[in-house]
Amino acid sequence: MTESLSQTPSQTVGPFFALALPWAGGDTLVEQATEGERITLVGRVVDGDGAPVPDALIEIWQADAEGRYAGPADSHDGAGRDRHFRGFGRCATDGNGQFRFGTIKPGRVPGPGGVWQAPHIEVAVFARGLLKALFTRCYFPGEESNATDPVLAVVPEGRRATLIAIAEHGDDRSFRFDIVLQGRNETVFLVC
Amino acid sequence: MEIAGFREPDSLQPPYLFAPYGGTVRRAPLQRPIEVPATLSEVTGPAGDWERLMGSAADDLTVTGKGEPLGERIVVAGRVVDENGRAVGNTMIEIWQANAAGRYLHENDQHRAPLDPNFTGAGRAITDALGRYRFTTIKPGAYPWSNHANAWRPAHVHLSVFGPGFATRLVTQMYFPGDPLLDIDPIAGAVPKAARERLVARLDLSTTVAGFALGYRFDIVLRGRLATPMES
Repeated sequence: MTESLSQTPSQTVGPFFALALPWAGGDTLVEQATEGERITLVGRVVDGDGAPVPDALIEIWQADAEGRYAGPADSHDGAGRDRHFRGFGRCATDGNGQFRFGTIKPGRVPGPGGVWQAPHIEVAVFARGLLKALFTRCYFPGEESNATDPVLAVVPEGRRATLIAIAEHGDDRSFRFDIVLQGRNETVFLVC
Repeated sequence: MEIAGFREPDSLQPPYLFAPYGGTVRRAPLQRPIEVPATLSEVTGPAGDWERLMGSAADDLTVTGKGEPLGERIVVAGRVVDENGRAVGNTMIEIWQANAAGRYLHENDQHRAPLDPNFTGAGRAITDALGRYRFTTIKPGAYPWSNHANAWRPAHVHLSVFGPGFATRLVTQMYFPGDPLLDIDPIAGAVPKAARERLVARLDLSTTVAGFALGYRFDIVLRGRLATPMES
């Protein structure tokens, strides 16, 4: 490594990103031909007072049903990944701080130390008042593999629940992942 | 699967909580982010598929209306590289900004300044193989905001950049050289002084189009990977 440059500092997305960033269909990751089990992922972003955050932008990134990423850095690329699944979604919160994605349940992805990761969705949060993006992960309830997931293992046990979605109607098709920016039950945010 | 992780986050990034910027006070997490190993999930990211995702690029913000927008036409150009100096090619840059009068095309912007029917203030470009990008736009105006009494934002362009992985995602703001509002702005001011100049574009005559538009150069440096996989 011969060169070392300094990172560009982050700045808030501000209150007016909606004029540029959301795009039609950005919250729907599936098309008719996408393989896998359709799920909806809903959630609400709240601040330290429990007040909804109506001007947040949520982005998600996930593997396809077989645990393969659409990005070129995935060595699985070209080895049969689902061309009908783009893995990336973007949704601005509404007046109640709510977001909603239509996607599929991701498959398991290889992790460090030869341990397979539990199914999870990467989540990034941007908002007025956030000088840097917040990154977290959404896991699924009732997954045996959560117990051996190498990233969850690093999170103190008492806070892990903030990373596990709730089955909304007692079924396995609709999941709720609320994001608490600050205070009691604050969501665990991650940095790698 | 062992994966080369990212270099440490830069210590000169702004903090989450910066009280002079009031919006951070109830939104900044109180707990520090937990350090986790980088996995395939963080080093991959949406790439190479931009037009299918978001529609075609629109790097000239001055040609989207029936006529030309008012204000000072400028070119904003630069390169996207990582901390190791490697070009970040084929990545999406999205920008948005106020018009020349300091007004955004957004329903929540109540500043008493005119909208420009020929300017939306939104654009996107895809970097070439050398990481280069280039926008033609209008120099945005300063505008008041409600952070504190008589608060004004310096003129700025918002930029959103992806980079190769989900963990390289960056949203930032570009400022203009010599702007006296910069030193009293709590958003730019949240960045330690030693790093603040990285957010200020440079007037660049080689980017300038003679007789047409002044050019500003703004290079963007994203997180870079470590050379070898971390011990897990």
